Amino acid sequence: MQTHALDIQALKRDQTRSASPAAPAATSLRMENLNLFYNQRSQALFDINLEIPRQRVTAFIGPSGCGKSSLLRCINRMNDLVDGCRIEGRLLLDDEDIYDRRVDVAALRRRVGMVFQKPNPFPKSIYENVAYGLRIQGINKKRVLDEVVERSLRAAALWDEVKDRLHESALSLSGGQQQRLVIARTIAVEPEVLLLDEPASALDPISTLKIEELIYELKARYTIVIVTHNMQQAARVSDMTAFMYMGKLIEYDDTDTLFTNPEQKQTEDYITGRYG
Amino acid sequence: MLHQDSYKQHISAQFNAELESVKNHLLEMGGLVEQQIGKAVESLLNRDSGLAEEVIAGDVQVNQLEINIDEECSRILARRQPAASDLRLVLAISKVITDLERIGDEASKIARQAVKAAEEGGNAGSSFVEIRHIGSHVGDMLRRALDAFARLDVDMAVQTVIADREVDSEYASAMRSLVTFMMEDPRTIGPVLGQMWALRSLERVGDHASNIAEHVIYLVRGLDVRHVEPDDLVAQVEEHQ
Repeated sequence: MQTHALDIQALKRDQTRSASPAAPAATSLRMENLNLFYNQRSQALFDINLEIPRQRVTAFIGPSGCGKSSLLRCINRMNDLVDGCRIEGRLLLDDEDIYDRRVDVAALRRRVGMVFQKPNPFPKSIYENVAYGLRIQGINKKRVLDEVVERSLRAAALWDEVKDRLHESALSLSGGQQQRLVIARTIAVEPEVLLLDEPASALDPISTLKIEELIYELKARYTIVIVTHNMQQAARVSDMTAFMYMGKLIEYDDTDTLFTNPEQKQTEDYITGRYG
Repeated sequence: MLHQDSYKQHISAQFNAELESVKNHLLEMGGLVEQQIGKAVESLLNRDSGLAEEVIAGDVQVNQLEINIDEECSRILARRQPAASDLRLVLAISKVITDLERIGDEASKIARQAVKAAEEGGNAGSSFVEIRHIGSHVGDMLRRALDAFARLDVDMAVQTVIADREVDSEYASAMRSLVTFMMEDPRTIGPVLGQMWALRSLERVGDHASNIAEHVIYLVRGLDVRHVEPDDLVAQVEEHQ
């Protein structure tokens, strides 16, 4: 199986026009011969070798059932919750194998936050939604919470829209606002990696663009991995793109190259709408 | 790598039709421009001002085709967000039509020289041999460049780029002989200058044909070979099989 190493030249090129010029292009996540089995007979991922750069947006694209969501869920061990699920190979976060026996899964998930397709705010106030992660860590000082709530809502580009009604129910917000609230809640606990599973597919086009803009701003501080069905979205927001098919990583390259001159015919057929 | 039948395979039949249509319009424009150049050279060699006027009038149609194809390209970009080979096709077409339009302009310039030559009469300082020779050479280059586009033929495109080198040296040698002509008989300076302009136009047609061939290489291989020396070009194309 071919190893998809990072194209450092491409990253350097990218860095010169990126909004975060100081951002290092080091590897944040590294997958080595990763195999995922849902039971004895069904294998979801085959020998995935992939390096995901720090403070960049990496998109996984591919047809339904190609394993992109499964791969994303490996990164914060969401697959542990599936019965009979087994993983082989290594997945390193900052050179530390997250499937090591000694890893505390709750601590891992604080470092690797996740946002899902449908906004899932808690039936609490806007304020309490964002403060939730800190409260369960035992942080209850109002001054600290106020500060984190404001900073997170600002970072999620939601502050101006909700600052006068922080104590209203989060469910009163629109879908797009709820999704940004969920992102604010996720970044309130200062994760290193943000996993976004189809974060905009349930939103209207304008809310989608707001989320995409937000992703662009957030990459200055976080490593972002996004799964999307929308190829144009991957082309718009990501620095690196991985194309997957039938559980295999077919091609991984910087997004510019992948969308203008992919190496593999399968990739070409998929991104140009010839996949039948 | 792009294959010939790949325009017909999109899930969206409408998208197929749009790409097919813009490509056909480009080839139509190419055919028209090829005719314009042929007629312009003919009118100059035969002192045929009627044919020359036809060429000058025909340039309007070339310009209109350029505008129409440009609009088609914008529409496809805006509505289909083409990627990979589809994106390269639209980009290549939008560049090729610029070169074709310029070739059309050169044809008009030659035709204007033909009108002038017909009015002046006489065969003073005639460089007919050179004009006929270089004219047929660049006509051939243009035809090959367009064929390479229609068939996505990289080899033919490479040959076309290389052929431009010969045209350049033929042009230089024609210039030298015309300068000698003028030195021998200063009365020929007027008409000979006209012929020099025509030769210059033909040499430019060769450059544009070579540009079109470079766009074909970009379209098929995704390889940008502009400003690459011919020898390096061959090596790069071979490397990118």
